[in-house]
Amino acid sequence: MSTIVSLPDQSTAKLPAKSYLNQEYGLKSWLLTGDHKRIAMLYLFSITFFFIIGGVLAGLIRLELLTPPSDLMATDTYNKVFSMHGIIMVFLFLVPSVPATIGNFLIPLMVGARDLAFPKINLLSWYLYWIGGLFILATMVLGGVDTGWTFTTPLSTHYVNTHVVTAALGIFMAGFSSIFTGLNFIVTIHRMRCPGMTWFRLPLFVWGHYATSIIMILGTPVLAITLVLVGLERIFNIGVFDPTKGGDPLLFQHLFWFYSHPAVYIMILPGMAVISEVISTFSRKRVFGYTAVAFSSVAIAVFGFLVWEHHMFIMGVSQYSALVFSLMTMLVAVPSAIKIFNWSMTLYKGSITFETPMLYAFGFMGLFTIGGLTGIFLATLGMDIHLTETYFVVAHFHFVMVGGMLMAYMAGVHFWWPKMTGRMYPEAISKTAAVITFIGFIVTFFPQFILGYLGMPRRYAAYPADFQVLNVFSTAGASILGIGYLLPLLYLPWSLIYGKIAGNNPWQATGLEWQIQSPPLTENFPEIPIMDHEAYDYEWLANKTHHEVQTVG
Amino acid sequence: MTEKTKETHQDSEFHVVKPPVYLAIFFSLLVLTAATTAISYIDLGVFNAVIALAIACLKASLVVLFFMHIHYSSRLLKLTVAAGLFTFMLLISLTMTDYISRAWGMF
Amino acid sequence: MDSQSIATTPQELDGVDLPHPHEHPAYMRHHFEDIGQQREAANFGMWVFLLTEIMFFGGLFCAYLIFRNWYHPAFVAGSNMMSITLGTTNTAVLIASSFTMAMAVYSAEMRRKGQLVLFLVLTILLGFVFLAIKGVEWTTEYQEQHAPGINFSIQDFVHPKNPKAIPLAPDMAEKTQLFFFMYFVMTGMHALHMIIGIGILFFLVARASKGAFTEGHVMPIENFGLYWHFVDIIWIFLFPLLYLISRYR
Repeated sequence: MSTIVSLPDQSTAKLPAKSYLNQEYGLKSWLLTGDHKRIAMLYLFSITFFFIIGGVLAGLIRLELLTPPSDLMATDTYNKVFSMHGIIMVFLFLVPSVPATIGNFLIPLMVGARDLAFPKINLLSWYLYWIGGLFILATMVLGGVDTGWTFTTPLSTHYVNTHVVTAALGIFMAGFSSIFTGLNFIVTIHRMRCPGMTWFRLPLFVWGHYATSIIMILGTPVLAITLVLVGLERIFNIGVFDPTKGGDPLLFQHLFWFYSHPAVYIMILPGMAVISEVISTFSRKRVFGYTAVAFSSVAIAVFGFLVWEHHMFIMGVSQYSALVFSLMTMLVAVPSAIKIFNWSMTLYKGSITFETPMLYAFGFMGLFTIGGLTGIFLATLGMDIHLTETYFVVAHFHFVMVGGMLMAYMAGVHFWWPKMTGRMYPEAISKTAAVITFIGFIVTFFPQFILGYLGMPRRYAAYPADFQVLNVFSTAGASILGIGYLLPLLYLPWSLIYGKIAGNNPWQATGLEWQIQSPPLTENFPEIPIMDHEAYDYEWLANKTHHEVQTVG
Repeated sequence: MTEKTKETHQDSEFHVVKPPVYLAIFFSLLVLTAATTAISYIDLGVFNAVIALAIACLKASLVVLFFMHIHYSSRLLKLTVAAGLFTFMLLISLTMTDYISRAWGMF
Repeated sequence: MDSQSIATTPQELDGVDLPHPHEHPAYMRHHFEDIGQQREAANFGMWVFLLTEIMFFGGLFCAYLIFRNWYHPAFVAGSNMMSITLGTTNTAVLIASSFTMAMAVYSAEMRRKGQLVLFLVLTILLGFVFLAIKGVEWTTEYQEQHAPGINFSIQDFVHPKNPKAIPLAPDMAEKTQLFFFMYFVMTGMHALHMIIGIGILFFLVARASKGAFTEGHVMPIENFGLYWHFVDIIWIFLFPLLYLISRYR
């Protein structure tokens, strides 16, 4: 036994001499890398790029809705803007957001592996993401698509003259990128766990991503084949989705939502996974009801496949079938509630500290709960008739997607920023950003619940003057929200150079990823670790600090 | 550690299937193909489709179990195949809840 | 050694009997612990990929099922236009290619290089025979004006040439186009998978003839075998669904 030294104080911490960031230099070493950490970084830049585009489009939407008539842009331009906003945000930001960046970076570290099972497929998935992204950018440059992100038939196949096929090809490619990410995660979690890392010692982050990957694997191919059919229908005009020729537009809806409803769980489960880690770390307690939280992730993934028809209640589906789907939709509330209650119980009597990730996590818990509960309104058959296709729906899914997933994404990025880069972000300004985001979010989207309840339909550039006050609130909130997202874009790059050195474990968290140097070595662990304690075992951590072994620098 | 590694990777001993098994499966598949073609010429009402699908499922099971070695594989792989079939059945059956009952009460 | 700590340095693992990294064969990737783990991961990964393939074709089968139930007479008429001889032959050809592929896996396991190359080449040949027969069928259907969206005509169904066939009313005859659309999309997607498979097979033959898979590195052959058998299974279902609807008419 040698090299046992005490844990370096954070104030005296130094960046390790060798890490995945300085292992190799040059563009080629990044573009041809097999290292999951570098690919995660590539993804981080890419999704930020598309987030900015999608965000600008969102800003344009809110600006147009500042005044009742369609004055900023023509109505068909507005259609294209909100469609592109939806497509970019859903397929190029939300779906890959946490899994492909934070998940890619952390899953091998958390299960104690040197890399994901298939590094080349991981890189391929990033390239497919970009091919898909370029197709969608091409769609925008060529003149956009105006069907909404849902490609509703027969509108998308017969009645519009915009670039449906180009956009569909882009989504097809992005879909395969997400399939490959999911495949890699499933195989890694099953086959690459280090000795002693049993299923119930896995961090809940890994459980959440396991559930996400199941949906990616089983749902996405159905979307792919559906988009192929839409493309063929546009080119050959057979009538599969055209009722006048014997086809059925609802068939498209069934196939599309078979993926796209589970896809909203692709977009929220990784967020929940992040929140479990953050809440546990900053209340210094094991997550209450670990097993229940772990299984609730899997339950959400399974239930997610049983509820898709609730997007189609007013489209002429069978009322009896709608009844079944309505009931099953409400069932999804059970595992979601298990998570929220268990996180609350984790906070109870914990030693809570209010670092930035924790602020975002609190934001997540509040906003996701509102978003989830309004989902129950929409699952109720009677209420749905009144509320669907209004701003109530828009507010509902933005509470879940932006209030939930984006908050969780920001929590995760801040939480693991020291691990990814070796440096701390500036705490004061980032706390401010977290609070600004929360306020901006509430001001933007809460009025939309009222607007929707009053009957303002979504997807229109113009609206009656009665609705203007609430829309002005919403647009004002969007500008606050914009500042909230702009700040991290400025201070995170700043912290790469000027941030404080983080040290191995700035949060005193228990995960395997915190026990190695930050930023980690290319091979993650000098030797494969042996897991000899439960997840979130803070007593183990306290013991360990007495015997800290310095990592090979 | 070595012991643990062996424990977790015990099923890494891949089973080698012998040619007689492959031959038997090959001929069974040919016979079943001939059978399904022959039966399709007999009028059995709705049972034509049922039998055709049953034979197809039988053939597919033979391929999965023996050509694809699932018969000799770990529980995980068996579960993987089952998960695929389960999700496919979900897609079909839940879509059918709509198509079957869409016209109920309308006539 | 403190049992409470996670080993993070090589020194800490002194005395623990680890497999020595330099004893691994050249085809082992650095991030796996041992060759068994690599093989299991690859095998499992292939199966997970096949799950996505099930769902990919699953969407098509779902669409097929709905239209078949709605427009059963049109599907019967369309199906009766198929050549059952060519269809059955093709099924047999594909099953035979699955058999040769299974034998190729066996040869690789037994480390017999010549036998492996032979069976891979046989699989390629049978794959080409299948595609050739499929090509003949597609050409015939195009010539008979049954290519939906290109030159589709309902004449054969309203005024059938075969005296035994029941003529369809024009509105139902229109729906035969849906049958032929499903037929072309499903067999087309299947053929696309075959073409990709044959492309990979050429690559495998080239590597196998250099002895790459007969030194214990069976995994690529085995995984490709899984893919090839999966494509076979899809055809096993396509054959009765497209060729054998109410043949007794």
